[in-house]
Amino acid sequence: MTEGVRLQVRDLSKRFGGLIAVKAMSFDLRAGEIVGLIGPNGSGKSTIMSLIMGIVRPDAGSIKLDGVNIAGWAPHRIARAGIGIVFQHSRPLQRQTVLENIKLALLPDSLLRLVADVGVDERARAIAARVGLTAVLHRHPWTLPFADLRRMELAKAIARDPQVVLIDEPFAGLTRGEIAMFSDLIRWFRDQGRAVLMVDHSVKSVAALADRVIAMALGERVAEGSADEVMQNETVRRVYIGGKIEAVARTKSLTEADALLRIEDLSVRYGKAPALDRVGLKVRRGEFVSIVGLNGAGKTTLFNAVSGLVPYAGRILFADSDLKTKTAATIARGGVVQCPESRELFGAMSVRENLDIGGQHLSKAEREAQLSWLFELFPILKARQAQAARTLSGGEQQMLAIARALTMQPRLLMLDEPTLGLAPVILAQLSAALERLRTTTPITLLLAEQNVTFALPHADRVYLLDHGQITWEGTPTHFAGERGAGYL
Amino acid sequence: MVRLTRSPLLWVSLLVVLAAALLPLWVSAYLLGVLTAAYYFGVFAMAWDLLFGFAGEVNFGPTFLIGVGAYTAAILNGQQGVPLPLCVIAGAGAALLGGMLLAVPALRLRGPYFGLVTLVAVLLLQNAIVIFAHVTGGEIGMTVPDVLSIDASTNYWIALGFLVVCAILLFGLSRSSVGLILQASGQDAIEAEALGFNVTKHKIAAFCISAVFSGTAGAMLIFYMGTASVDTVIDIAIGVQVIIAAVLGGRRTILGAVLGAVFLILATEFLRPLGQLNTFVVSAVALAVILFFPDGLLGYALHRGERE
Repeated sequence: MTEGVRLQVRDLSKRFGGLIAVKAMSFDLRAGEIVGLIGPNGSGKSTIMSLIMGIVRPDAGSIKLDGVNIAGWAPHRIARAGIGIVFQHSRPLQRQTVLENIKLALLPDSLLRLVADVGVDERARAIAARVGLTAVLHRHPWTLPFADLRRMELAKAIARDPQVVLIDEPFAGLTRGEIAMFSDLIRWFRDQGRAVLMVDHSVKSVAALADRVIAMALGERVAEGSADEVMQNETVRRVYIGGKIEAVARTKSLTEADALLRIEDLSVRYGKAPALDRVGLKVRRGEFVSIVGLNGAGKTTLFNAVSGLVPYAGRILFADSDLKTKTAATIARGGVVQCPESRELFGAMSVRENLDIGGQHLSKAEREAQLSWLFELFPILKARQAQAARTLSGGEQQMLAIARALTMQPRLLMLDEPTLGLAPVILAQLSAALERLRTTTPITLLLAEQNVTFALPHADRVYLLDHGQITWEGTPTHFAGERGAGYL
Repeated sequence: MVRLTRSPLLWVSLLVVLAAALLPLWVSAYLLGVLTAAYYFGVFAMAWDLLFGFAGEVNFGPTFLIGVGAYTAAILNGQQGVPLPLCVIAGAGAALLGGMLLAVPALRLRGPYFGLVTLVAVLLLQNAIVIFAHVTGGEIGMTVPDVLSIDASTNYWIALGFLVVCAILLFGLSRSSVGLILQASGQDAIEAEALGFNVTKHKIAAFCISAVFSGTAGAMLIFYMGTASVDTVIDIAIGVQVIIAAVLGGRRTILGAVLGAVFLILATEFLRPLGQLNTFVVSAVALAVILFFPDGLLGYALHRGERE
């Protein structure tokens, strides 16, 4: 089986503080093969890519390129050894043209070569033609549509003539036609005998292209095989959907007049890439609403728009007042509190200090009462009070993030993927805490989740977000029947 | 080559240089003196822009490099009687050496620490000069026996010639392949690395080049003025002026730095009648330009609409 192996990864491990990002991963990449590495956010797939490229150093394990161990090398040496990467987000040189940006990739790493070789211009033009950039050669990157910027990144990777190509989310933000074009280019890589590793969060997007798919969760490989096999795999389904979907019908009656949050025709673009497309939804006072969708569907963008962190088109009304003119700070003080996916804890500060910050505006007695309530909700935090936040485990960090959001005394609490990268046992604890919030407090909850099993049991209503659009709305009991199968 | 002769920038620059060269025919010796100093300042600012605009590193202590060059030349000339041209070369060499000693460890630091290291280096140099007063003249400074010339026009032409040569070299470098790699390193170091470029090596090289130009200009400046003192070549305030000149003229333009330096020095001179208010007004203008035209004067003119 070692025939044609270009890249051999063995027992690769990486920790970030208390978080194990990659745990003893092993896999091979062969020449002329496209492999899809998939996993939800926080599964470690992006870390694998960074490890191979040398952007982060592995703690243990080996990465062999044609038999040479490159683990721990500086990225530029790894690049010269024959590994190329196509970043999802890049900062091209804005003052240079597309052609000059491609030429950059063709330059030698030398301080003495002030003038590029004569062949460089010709090669850059040939590469541009191959990826379809000929028409825009002399334009500046900031004038280009999103797909052309991605083409330019691809062109830069091709210019290095790498034997192994790593591509981060090859199809994010692209239209159907553009996806077909990029797929052709990636197949062309394979036909030239290069090894291609595509990293993405869903099997669906890489299924048509990948010869083989490796699925990851919590830093480990959970499945490997053809796209179909991986999609049918029990563990994979459990990781993405969370296992068997259970839902409880609610009898609570909430009338139309009670709408606390109303979103109408919300659209958001990131530069050239559309993130949300005319989204409309409603959350009633005291309701628990779950927004489910795969990573990249636009959940975080939706929350950021509500929090006033990204510019948008459309209307967002909270308690009947338009949020558009308000600053992020005013919105938060008005009771719309977001608990972000990235947690955003103050890592160097203790658990207690993180909690005290949120309660600055309260009197001492109120603060004490609130703190004891929070410690009751998350008992583990009481034991960890004096510990620096960054030394907590992933689950404890998530609990602290939720607790800190609660110290802001929200009327609407938006939880963005609290299950990110957490083990099942922690999920049960979080689930219990959410249930207590729902039943014992007047707080309205909006939960964004990829993990459907986690999202459904608490929800009064569910929205399904797919590629920036709401594609389904209903009660949790109907979700399994109507949408469960096609979710992945 | 065709592109070069068609570039309006070339013709405009040629005209400006020609006009500047003819200035001694009708401008007072006093104004020539101000411009002479401004031209050396322009070289300081260009050297700084190479590091900030291209390599993306903020050097808060340009006067460390300038001062090492200036004082090395002054001490060799004053104490040892070494001939002037050798002193200038030695000044450049010392600045390069000092710059490397500083940059090699400092560039390994991330974030604002590089800037802090360069700032501390200036204070160290300033203190060293005061402590070793018997060699350096301490706070009073020292006079150098040799001067470039005693004629104002000759001094002016030397400074202009030096400025033009430095501008051609630095501007050429910024437009070369190395300049392109430097820009990439400054803007997105990870991507530059992933394209196979040794970012640290390129940044150290940029720092060294910046050091050589700063040191040479520093040495030339003291041979124009005839004295070397902490207040004129090392003080943090001088460094801040160099930075303001470069940012005012336009980041990542090299030539803009010269405009910024000439503007800054001329404005300070012309507003001298304002007394204490002088510095205040110049600083306020500089602040306004930085706040409202962050791309600087030349940057704004050249790259309108380029911002995303």
